[in-house]
Amino acid sequence: MKSNRPVYLNLRHIRQPLPAIVSFLHRVSGAFLFLGIPLLLIVFEASLAGQDSFVAMLNNPLIKFALFTLLTAYFYHFFAGLRFLLLDLGWGVALAQARRASCAVLLAAAFCAATLGAWLW
Amino acid sequence: MVKRIVSGAHYGLKDWLVQRFTAVIMLIYTLALLGWLIMQRPVDYDTWRALFGAAWMRYFTLLFAFSLLLHAWVGVRDILMDYVHSTRLRLPLQVATIVALLIYSMWAMNILWSVA
Repeated sequence: MKSNRPVYLNLRHIRQPLPAIVSFLHRVSGAFLFLGIPLLLIVFEASLAGQDSFVAMLNNPLIKFALFTLLTAYFYHFFAGLRFLLLDLGWGVALAQARRASCAVLLAAAFCAATLGAWLW
Repeated sequence: MVKRIVSGAHYGLKDWLVQRFTAVIMLIYTLALLGWLIMQRPVDYDTWRALFGAAWMRYFTLLFAFSLLLHAWVGVRDILMDYVHSTRLRLPLQVATIVALLIYSMWAMNILWSVA
């Protein structure tokens, strides 16, 4: 069906609702985590290679920062993914709940990131 | 509601299911590992190595790695299908993704069984 109505879909001019942002960040964090797998494997390998490399790794500021970023993305992806699983079960589909659940995803991920940061530094 | 016969042509239902099943496996693994880390505090090298020295933990971690392989494949494939429209570009990227994920799995296996 052809429509002659004007189409205006400039994503930068549309104010995205919170669930849309949370959903998009789930994809971004997933892509980021995929790219981070080799780094995570390097850290995992070093952590099991011996006492010295275990300690050296946890004292390396660069590795700590990389680990913090990756695990924060992991926590975010975890909670946002949990929201998707609950949506599949039909929980939190209504607009008000969807907003609250999206907010909860952001808060839970922020809490985990803060706890992780406190533990690492 | 679109009526479709799901058998025959590949509509993506299987991938959708794989995405969710693997997510649940990784969810359980994550909670178990976090629970261990919290109970074990402070975590040092000896307890960390002893954890992965246990056979059940190596297999549990391997299950996580295989789940991640399938989960990441569906996710990255979806992203590539959405944003890379040129088949000439998308196909090599998808192949590279599969190869990378397989290498990561073998790498993880190698790390895990070096502790055994």
